Amino acid sequence: MSIYHLDHLQYLETEAIHIMREVAGEFERPALLFSGGKDSICLLRLAEKAFRPSELPMPLLNIDTGHHFPELNTFRDHRARELGARLIVRTVDDAIARGIALPAPGEVSRNRLQIPTLLAAIEEFRLDCCIGGARRDEEKARAKERFFSFRDSFGQWDPKNQRPEIWNLYNARLNPGENMRVFPLSNWTEQDVWEYIRREKLAVPTIYFSHRRKCVRRLGQWLPVNELVPPKPAEQVRELVVRVRTIGDIISTGMVESPADTIDDIITEIAAARVTERGSRADDKSSEAAMEDRKKAGYF
Amino acid sequence: MDDGKSTLIGRLLYDSKSLMEDQLEALERSADITGGGQVNLANLTDGLRAEREQGITIDVAYRYFATPRRKFIIADTPGHIQYTRNMVTGASAANLSVVLVDARAGVIEQSRRHTYLTALLRIPHLVVAVNKMDLVGWSEARFLEIRAEFEKFLPRLDIKDVKFIPMSALLGDNVVDASANMSWHPGPTLLQHLETVHIGSDWNLNGFRLPVQWVNRPNTPTNPQLHDFRGLSGQIAGGIVRTGQKVMVLPGGQITTVKEIHTYDGPVAEAFCPQSVTLLLEHDLDVSRGNMIVAWDHHLPGASSDLRANVCWMHSRPLQPGKKYWLKHTTHSVQAVVTGIDHRLNISTFEEEPSPPGLGLNDIGEISLRTAAPIFFDGYETNRLTGSFILIEPGSHATVAAGMLFPPTEVVRAESTEFVI
Repeated sequence: MSIYHLDHLQYLETEAIHIMREVAGEFERPALLFSGGKDSICLLRLAEKAFRPSELPMPLLNIDTGHHFPELNTFRDHRARELGARLIVRTVDDAIARGIALPAPGEVSRNRLQIPTLLAAIEEFRLDCCIGGARRDEEKARAKERFFSFRDSFGQWDPKNQRPEIWNLYNARLNPGENMRVFPLSNWTEQDVWEYIRREKLAVPTIYFSHRRKCVRRLGQWLPVNELVPPKPAEQVRELVVRVRTIGDIISTGMVESPADTIDDIITEIAAARVTERGSRADDKSSEAAMEDRKKAGYF
Repeated sequence: MDDGKSTLIGRLLYDSKSLMEDQLEALERSADITGGGQVNLANLTDGLRAEREQGITIDVAYRYFATPRRKFIIADTPGHIQYTRNMVTGASAANLSVVLVDARAGVIEQSRRHTYLTALLRIPHLVVAVNKMDLVGWSEARFLEIRAEFEKFLPRLDIKDVKFIPMSALLGDNVVDASANMSWHPGPTLLQHLETVHIGSDWNLNGFRLPVQWVNRPNTPTNPQLHDFRGLSGQIAGGIVRTGQKVMVLPGGQITTVKEIHTYDGPVAEAFCPQSVTLLLEHDLDVSRGNMIVAWDHHLPGASSDLRANVCWMHSRPLQPGKKYWLKHTTHSVQAVVTGIDHRLNISTFEEEPSPPGLGLNDIGEISLRTAAPIFFDGYETNRLTGSFILIEPGSHATVAAGMLFPPTEVVRAESTEFVI
């Protein structure tokens, strides 16, 4: 074997940088979705690798559900400032106030309401492309998604009629109002993401590391106690040593009991894990096609 | 017809302990609801509702798993003929393809088509997995019969490495663990083979090619040193580049020198395919997206606006000679018109049918094209990245064809010193 060889992470990196640059080359008004979560942290580093020493040729966009972990938003704002990037935040609360997003009676989760909020932001800024950090190994509807995922003028995904994607030739052509979602991390696994964070020495929000937190047991998960998740009368509040494996909303993200307080520990823990990352996300468990249905409606 | 492909992948994940408890739970949940209590391993990969309803795979699904020896990306591609385009999507970048044959049915059209596509796309390794051996009484004679059928047409295809493995995906024989029912098979099992097959470099290290993706020019440099920074960013599509090397910029044909190979992690002395880099050149030339920087050596690319290629047609609207399409080749898009269809392949006989009236969905044929401006390319057999293109239909913007270029008849001609700055 010659020295002209890329290891797995280096291969994933060059593939993702190529995709980032195709976006910059092919689209007029792209944005990069940045939540402060581990996947989008990798996306930002890949954007730096693709575009430095220039400014990032796209703003960062975040849809704030109003149910975010505060640590996540702090990290998001800090990281955007550090990079000198423009950060656009659009909130579900605002979308509800403007009547764009309408909660169903009794609907507590903001998951579905992200969709109209995102679509409104796409319209407001006339975005033709959004780069997201979704990975195919997360979920089986995601496993079907292309790198360049075409959405019609309603933001809908049509899984039965996706554009063929051959070699590294991406068809980025759109008619007005249509939109592309681009996923540079498609081929990355959870393990790859953490190994990349380690290799690149990237900072991540503190909630990924082990800490003490008050939790209640609900539907087989440890939910963090906070003003949105007050303990019910019959529930016993326990203070546990936990961390998050995946970050969703604060009302639906299960905390994992874990002593892992370094990136190395996290990588070791994931390697031995017997449940998938999304196993701690209540939003995906509602039905076998939960993700497919949300994606068809315009979700990531 | 169900040849058990999704079951095989399910088995591979299951037996290599790559499945997680919540995935198994979900499997069992759907078994209770729809499967009459029996776990269906195919439900692991058939991720769309329509696929589970019909029990078939419609689109490529990607699966990831790792063993201590290797990391794998599985592209689970549809077998049904109407989804050939999805199969090409999944297979175009693969190192190895597994073609599944039902031991009861033997070689059918689908087996021939997939084997042919493996050869056409130049996937270096092929495994013929003879599945459902349990339903033919684990018969070695049947296995050898199927193998002989394959060996009748394999010599007509250019595939370097072919391996035959008898198995039962449903029961797990020879997928991960060796079969007790087929002691006549010396091995390896499928996973053993996947873990050990030599994946040589798929990347061409001869003939440096850098299709320019993006011009890196800091707008408001706070650093005065960046004031004149003008980088040409792209993924190296072939060969190796070194600082100080002479390169030619196409289409202009100017010769200059590589001043620096810039990366985010600092400058490097050399870089190779498929790394993503940013080149700084000695001279300030007019270079933009879609241009190509190549080594000024004896590996020059072809240059022509008259092209010949094999194409796989991917749209229900048939190819129309005389109609204009967008041709996307590397980072460059150019208008193209199909000037002729030289032949269409009959997949059952591998015969070439001369001068067909058109090419329909999933047809494979040889065509001639003319582009509005010359493109700079290599034959697909020497370089997958500079030898391939897609056709896009104007208006609908549908990707209608995948093309593999024939080797060039004429290479770029530098009019010696005339171009040298």
